[in-house]
Amino acid sequence: TSELDIFVGNTTLIDEDVYRLWLDGYSVSAAVALRARSGILEQTRATAAVLQSDSVDHYRTFHRLGRPLHAPPKLPHQLIFQIPPSRQALLIGRYYAFDEAFVREVLGKKLSKGTKKDLDDISTKTGITLESCRRQFDNLKRVFKVVEEMRGSLTGRKKLQYLSFGDFAFCAELMIQNWTLGAVDSQLDDMHVDLDKEFLQDVKELKVLVADKDRLDLHKGLVCTALRGKLGVFSEMEANFKNLSRGPVNVAATLTHNKDVRDLFVDLVEKFVEPCRSDHRPLNDVRLFLNHYSASVHSLYGFRHQALWDRSMGTLRGCFLRLYHD
Amino acid sequence: MPGKLKVKIVAGRHLPVMDRASDLTDAFVEVKFGNTTFKTDVCLKSLNPQWNSEWFKFEVDDEDLQDEPLQITVLDHDTYSANDAIGKVYIDIDPLLYSEAATVISGWFPIYDTIHGIRGEINVVVKVDLFNDLNRFRQSSCGVKFFCTTSIPKCYRAVIIHGFVEELVVNEDPEYQWIDRIRTPRASNEARQRLISLMSGELQRKIGLKVLEMRGNAVVGYLQCFDLEGESGLVVRAIGTACTLDKLSSPAAFLPACSSPSKEMKEIPFNEDPNPNTHSSGPSTPLKNQTYSFSPSKSYSRQSSSSDTDLSLTPKTGMGSGSAGKEGGPFKALLRQQTQSALEQREFPFFTLTAFPPGFLVHVGGVVSARSVKLLDRIHNPDEPETRDAWWAEIRQEIKSHAKALGCHAVVGYSESTSICEEVCILSASGTAAVLNPRFLQDGTVEGCLEPRLEENLPAGCGFCHIPYDELNMPFPAHLTYCNNCRKQKVPDVLFTTIDLPVDATVIGKGCLIQARLCRLKKKAQAEANATAISNLLPFMEYEVHTQLMNKLKLKAMNALFGLRIQITVGENMLMGLASATGVYLAALPTPGGIQIAGKTPNDGSYEQHISHMQKKINDTIAKNKELYEINPPEISEEIIGSPIPEPRQRSRLLRSQSESSDEVTELDLSHGKKDAFVLEIDDTDAMEDVHSLLTDVPPPSGFYSCNTEIMPGINNWTSEIQMFTSVRVIRLSSLNLTNQALNKNFNDLCENLLKSLYFKLRSMIPCCLCHVNFTVSLPEDELIQVTVTAVAITFDKNQALQTTKTHAEKLLQRASTDNEELLQFPLELCSDSLPSHPFPPAKEHLESASSNSGIPAAQRDRCSSWIELIKLKAQTIRRGSIKTTVTVEKASPMGEGNFRNRSAPPCANSTVGVVKMTPLSFIPGAKITKYLGIINMFFIRETTSLREEGGVSGFLHAFIAEVFAMVRAHVAALGGNAVVSYIMKQCVFMENPNKNQAQCLINVSGDAVVFVRESELEVVSTQQPAANCQPSCPGGEVTT
Repeated sequence: TSELDIFVGNTTLIDEDVYRLWLDGYSVSAAVALRARSGILEQTRATAAVLQSDSVDHYRTFHRLGRPLHAPPKLPHQLIFQIPPSRQALLIGRYYAFDEAFVREVLGKKLSKGTKKDLDDISTKTGITLESCRRQFDNLKRVFKVVEEMRGSLTGRKKLQYLSFGDFAFCAELMIQNWTLGAVDSQLDDMHVDLDKEFLQDVKELKVLVADKDRLDLHKGLVCTALRGKLGVFSEMEANFKNLSRGPVNVAATLTHNKDVRDLFVDLVEKFVEPCRSDHRPLNDVRLFLNHYSASVHSLYGFRHQALWDRSMGTLRGCFLRLYHD
Repeated sequence: MPGKLKVKIVAGRHLPVMDRASDLTDAFVEVKFGNTTFKTDVCLKSLNPQWNSEWFKFEVDDEDLQDEPLQITVLDHDTYSANDAIGKVYIDIDPLLYSEAATVISGWFPIYDTIHGIRGEINVVVKVDLFNDLNRFRQSSCGVKFFCTTSIPKCYRAVIIHGFVEELVVNEDPEYQWIDRIRTPRASNEARQRLISLMSGELQRKIGLKVLEMRGNAVVGYLQCFDLEGESGLVVRAIGTACTLDKLSSPAAFLPACSSPSKEMKEIPFNEDPNPNTHSSGPSTPLKNQTYSFSPSKSYSRQSSSSDTDLSLTPKTGMGSGSAGKEGGPFKALLRQQTQSALEQREFPFFTLTAFPPGFLVHVGGVVSARSVKLLDRIHNPDEPETRDAWWAEIRQEIKSHAKALGCHAVVGYSESTSICEEVCILSASGTAAVLNPRFLQDGTVEGCLEPRLEENLPAGCGFCHIPYDELNMPFPAHLTYCNNCRKQKVPDVLFTTIDLPVDATVIGKGCLIQARLCRLKKKAQAEANATAISNLLPFMEYEVHTQLMNKLKLKAMNALFGLRIQITVGENMLMGLASATGVYLAALPTPGGIQIAGKTPNDGSYEQHISHMQKKINDTIAKNKELYEINPPEISEEIIGSPIPEPRQRSRLLRSQSESSDEVTELDLSHGKKDAFVLEIDDTDAMEDVHSLLTDVPPPSGFYSCNTEIMPGINNWTSEIQMFTSVRVIRLSSLNLTNQALNKNFNDLCENLLKSLYFKLRSMIPCCLCHVNFTVSLPEDELIQVTVTAVAITFDKNQALQTTKTHAEKLLQRASTDNEELLQFPLELCSDSLPSHPFPPAKEHLESASSNSGIPAAQRDRCSSWIELIKLKAQTIRRGSIKTTVTVEKASPMGEGNFRNRSAPPCANSTVGVVKMTPLSFIPGAKITKYLGIINMFFIRETTSLREEGGVSGFLHAFIAEVFAMVRAHVAALGGNAVVSYIMKQCVFMENPNKNQAQCLINVSGDAVVFVRESELEVVSTQQPAANCQPSCPGGEVTT
């Protein structure tokens, strides 16, 4: 074997397959074995030694690319590696991609040294290599740091054990799309993730739907008329209407406080998902209810906050439906 | 005060953290030139400081401007202790000293430290105001342009090629000075970097002075090398070819000249080439896009050679084929006389060029080389480096006399190199003996040399193969036959050269990289005993390398080597020989015979069986290679040398056929018995090993080709994807009972495995060719062999490359018809003159496309019994074509505007992300070089005391080479360029001490910084030019609007 064996291209040579193996945390020897099993030697009529040398060299390049990848905006400005922009995007995209199974395990935990020490448990549990877990963990920390500095805040808590990462992502996406400053003001860039405070303030006006007895009854009447005969458990809904209605209205109305924002997911689950679940409502019933519940407000005489209602309820309806599962 | 240098420090970025407490840096910059130093303010607590300094102005002699580098040091300010250096940037301001190169250097430069490597970047702007200096006794040579490119740079024409310039300067190596005992290795390495930078500048200035003395204005093929002689000093030496160059002013005229081969290929209208199997490198057919026949003298170019020679082929008497018969004794003698007088004035009629203007190279004699072993001693007086000068003068004298023995007055493709181990130094020089056309070498014949007519006496594509020496008084035994092309002159059976394949050479099939590899053990010895031992070994090595090359060439069924480079490396206990060249089949030379194996003990049955088995294997390999490289030479009736090993009977027939034309030849051939079979006698195990090793070279995987010349013979349709790379391997020999055989095998495996790895790594580029593959071997320690390879992988268009199966006759017909088109230029112009709306004479393409698409089926063309008939037919279609396309012409914007747009186009429009291409070639496929910005010549040292932490030796060197590339790119970008051509890594000296966890490496690279523009971008412009490129896309005469 060689004492020294290197290959340096003017344009950095990136083998996507080897990059994936590297990201997945395989050791060089494991990567060589996996590549050999893929039949590449037969295809290219190369020897095992060639494959070994090639893999080691790629790993060395990726290792050295690690540092610029930790600060993606710097990648186009660094001079050591000449990489075409499309390739840069691929490198960054793949580097920051994560395994859902891993992220689900970390979600809700502090991104602290303690958690990092427990990564081997997560690795065992998920079957993702420890190396890869560490990279993803560090990526999360880096992303978190950036987001933290971006103004705005994040959330996280328990009781949400049954939710998948996708559930969180879905709801977060809906809120970013509808409730942030960036969503309404096209002057601001998309990454302005501060919640629209003014909107949240205004949402308090919607409390009238629960607080005003007449309005509540009127609303209840409209919803019940529309749903009669269509739901499996109609009577419980009718009896519980006030409680059910309190959920959607209050969840949005309390978001002016940062603490409540942090508890948003808990609120979503506690104030609506759980009551529905305890009644054993099928998802379809919940969907029907939510549709009519939000639509019938438009028929409420003298209610002035239609737009506000739509902005608030549109998102909440999406979230409730997504989170309503076992 | 002849010059004012102005420097502005703008900003820094990505600086390292120098203050652990704050995680920040208080950076400031020292700007030093000569003995003057300026400082910027300290930019507190920032890793991205903005200095925005004033203009620092240095008023200096232009001598200093040439010698001194601008030295920029970035430091971290420390109130209490000494300021810490972050790193340095050396900027060679030479490119700012010639009028046509860069006007400003501005950009982000990596801040380099010998220990830490690159540590952030600094943005610097540099300008020079030069005042005219009329002092005749000046010591500076500002304004002389330097090019690493070993051919006339693409947007210039050579007015005169003056010849050889050389110079060397010596100094003490700072690493071996007494002060080195008390300073850090870092300080010592920085001193070395600075010193070598200074010496390079001085050397370049001195060479420039010599050029001015010769009344030249440029050095082409500039090669500068360092000899690290250790205790005895540091030698920087350079050679080059002085020229008077003229910038091609009109872009219209030079565009075709600058186009790369790939472009030409696309534009050759005979895409249904009747015989693409008979390729010639570059455009074999006349240059179709050289459209403006009204200014022939301006449209000088390298590529136009073929058109020129083809033109000359067309005899005024109206014969269809060449008029080579004119090239007789008297002419040769006259030529020789003229050349002699032109060259005799020169001490050394050497040329570092490897590719030449058309008509420059008349005949090639063969490779000449000389080596000498010297014992180094301390250079006592650096200002009078007489010893080193004398050594080289001696070697050059030898080369000159070798060339003379070959009947040649000049040496082309000339280069020099050294190999040093302890106090022994091998000096080597090699080149190709040649007869040159005197008209390029003299004053006063400037215009004449550009006239294509002067080539009238030379047949196309084979003239250079004809022997320059007297066949009755040959300097060495050789087998001469009549040239397969012109059948008038004698050619040798094989031809070895150090130059690139001439563009007009007719080649059959494709070429391939051929290497001879050899190791010889040597006893460890001291001083003179050592030098003697080496001297004694050298001839054997040369002989064996030559034999290996010859065998491998025959195994490939080829008959000529180009770009031959033989490197002999000396180590403590061994000598290594590595020869690389590109094998081709020259149509002019005879078909190579096979390799015959003969046993010494004929009575042993099993032995004979073994021999015949080997013989079969060899024959099979030859047959396979013929297929692989598409070598299907045309069968000519008298020829019977198709089979690898002709029977004796056949041989005699061959001789008879030759004797029909000349009497003397018979004797000559008879005297040299076996013409075709190259007999290998297997008399001992060594010989057996040799035969085995012949067969171990594995051909590249399918889709890959490789060569060490500029372009691959037989492939012209390059696409624009290129990947330059450097690969380094070091193996450790197991020191136990090393034999020559074991050593050879180790070395052979090392090279073969390295090639295999390259093919694997670059497999995504298939179909592709590794061009300019440059191997260097060094022996850094007793048991270590280091091989460094730099090359460029270029993809090509497979579909066009795979056209095959056409006959020779068709090729001849095509030749005739292209000749006819040359003749047709006149009628064509007349015809277009009659159309007032036509601003310019129609392009030749016009004509081609018309003829090739004019509805004359190929079959019908064949039926044209005479060329006159063919012409008539074409003339008609042409006339039709011009009329019909008039409409298109009117629509198109006028030529002037096209030109304007062309010029105003931003030079780097395509490289929005600042991509800088690097290539060892002199061109960029699919692009045109529009400007040369100056020479890049950089020297770096990198050291580490934490080898393991940096990923071991591989990690360390990988990082360093990547950094070197980055620094080259940054400097090119700062000059306003987007590529380096003729890039070469001249030195990569790696030393390690794993026990101490230390390693050190020195790298020296050079090249030409250029601006290129993609042809696709140019086409946008040129489609609007009526005469240029719009025609090929229209179906010629059939176009209707």
